[in-house]
Amino acid sequence: MTEMVLSPEQVMERFTARFGTGIREAHIRERREGKKKVPHYTLWIDLDRELLRPAIQALIEIRYPHLSVIGANDLGDSIRLLYIFSIQYGEVKGEYMVTLAVTLPKNDLSVPTISDLIPGAVFGEREKQEFLGVKVTGIPDNRRLFLPEDFPEGVYPWRKDETGLPDDMIKELWRSKRPTDRPVPPAGEKELCELPAEGTPPKEGSS
Amino acid sequence: MSEKKKSPYIIPIGPTHPALKEPVMFTFEMEGEQVSSVDFSPGQTHRGIEWMGMRRNPVQIVHLTDRICGICGVVHTLSFSLAVEQIADIQVPERADYIRVILHEFERIQSHLLWAGVAAHELGFDSLLHLTWRVREQAMDVIENLTGNRVNYGIVQVGGVRRDIVPEQHRIIEECLTTYEGLLEKLLNLFLNDRTIAMRCRDCGVLSRKDAIELCTVGPTSRASGVNMDLRQDYPYAAYGDLDVRAILPDQHMGETRGDVYDRIVVRLLEVGQSCGIIRQCLSEMPAGEITAEPKLAKLLAICKKATGEAIGRVEAPRGECLHYVRMDGKESPTSWKVKASSYSNLMSWIPMLRGEQIADIPIIVASIDPCLSCTDRVAVVRSGSRSILTKDDLHRLSVEKTRRLQR
Repeated sequence: MTEMVLSPEQVMERFTARFGTGIREAHIRERREGKKKVPHYTLWIDLDRELLRPAIQALIEIRYPHLSVIGANDLGDSIRLLYIFSIQYGEVKGEYMVTLAVTLPKNDLSVPTISDLIPGAVFGEREKQEFLGVKVTGIPDNRRLFLPEDFPEGVYPWRKDETGLPDDMIKELWRSKRPTDRPVPPAGEKELCELPAEGTPPKEGSS
Repeated sequence: MSEKKKSPYIIPIGPTHPALKEPVMFTFEMEGEQVSSVDFSPGQTHRGIEWMGMRRNPVQIVHLTDRICGICGVVHTLSFSLAVEQIADIQVPERADYIRVILHEFERIQSHLLWAGVAAHELGFDSLLHLTWRVREQAMDVIENLTGNRVNYGIVQVGGVRRDIVPEQHRIIEECLTTYEGLLEKLLNLFLNDRTIAMRCRDCGVLSRKDAIELCTVGPTSRASGVNMDLRQDYPYAAYGDLDVRAILPDQHMGETRGDVYDRIVVRLLEVGQSCGIIRQCLSEMPAGEITAEPKLAKLLAICKKATGEAIGRVEAPRGECLHYVRMDGKESPTSWKVKASSYSNLMSWIPMLRGEQIADIPIIVASIDPCLSCTDRVAVVRSGSRSILTKDDLHRLSVEKTRRLQR
């Protein structure tokens, strides 16, 4: 592990130099907040599926990254997975986000596991399998994560196509009204409570 | 499991949980009293909030994010707002950045004190639980004074905050900070110089630095293992770029890092003091001005509807990094929304922590990462095929008994 601090441009350069045309789209986003407007950066890199693992390896060579989460988009005919990393944590105001995105066509939703490189990734990969129907090849733990055991196969809650949640699985609580087939509860006239006379202290034990 | 097999035997704990009021399903394989392997399955209260959010507009989602967690009422809304503000290119007024930080830090104070009380309870020190929870009330009162609510604050809005902090409130905040700064020494003394707490927590539930990094842990859990990471130091969001925050690591106070339950207590208690300092600094440096970029909700909504792009909002929650990824495609509701709460990253660290420990240590180790899922009621113990149910009370009793044994 090298301990030098790279600027976001240098990090991006490493990727563009190493992966060239395999990178489909790449840009750096800067954001400044507070009085001093100290910037923080996010590197967005879209690359070929084959380059996902080499790209993560390149990231590890810079410094072991922190995998925050794996995000996802359903783009209609494809699913885009975003591996959201942060690198150079521990450097005062020197941490950047690096997002490596791969696009998977819906007829071939498979992506290699990265859990051998980053063991903590298993959690996110299991979640992506059950919520999006993506197949993570080589995943060490193939079970479901959040969804219950009796959740139907082939239904993926985050998909926006016909494999998404069907309408009959959605409970719209706001639509539910008072059941009409039950007797109206007897609601008698409310009894008026006795108010204590002015100036007398309330009795012990009464409220 | 065959009838004849005596060991390992399996103890399922859950789906409700012994330590905190949080549901998760544990399966322990035991060799006698020792845990030989651990498996867990979360998701016992998955509410599909992301699914709901992808069918609502950002102004509505803010109220959903407020309710993701009962303790962290600021962090989720703040991360979501930071993401949407980046997409829609909304510049948040500087005063709002400071108000956000002040509330963010009060949330950390009350969360850490709540946790300290839970930890004391798990060890069998109920007087300490009552002490910490009583002093926590003052932070809750200040939060109520600032936001109008004890929980689900509803204070952060896309573009800023919904209430200002007026000069009269400075006095109340000051009073609270002075109390806590005075109390901190006492709390540190009660927790760290107690022989029994040291016996129960030292070298118990150890997470090595390597595991902490590889399992992607965050917040006090990773800092207690010596990983120097704190978004407030590393990643200047809101007003943190102006402030000089440094990550609190156990060796600064103890001279060494062991990555055990004890170190997690050290980090969290010291962070209470750190938060007081940050709030002080914010109060004195807070600029005057607007508190929101767009007070009219209809206009704000119109801006959000036009926005296209994707962004990440992330903040240092009391339990560690909280991250929201949002993608908007010029429609009313976001195309994608992924919520990554801090405990999402921390749960996997239970496995190395619990391996090799005793049953009676399970509650305190599980609680030591301050998991935020949601609660527990019974534990089934399967021993050679016969099954008996341990209630939460039984497990708690086991833990208390161990403390008493050690005290003898």
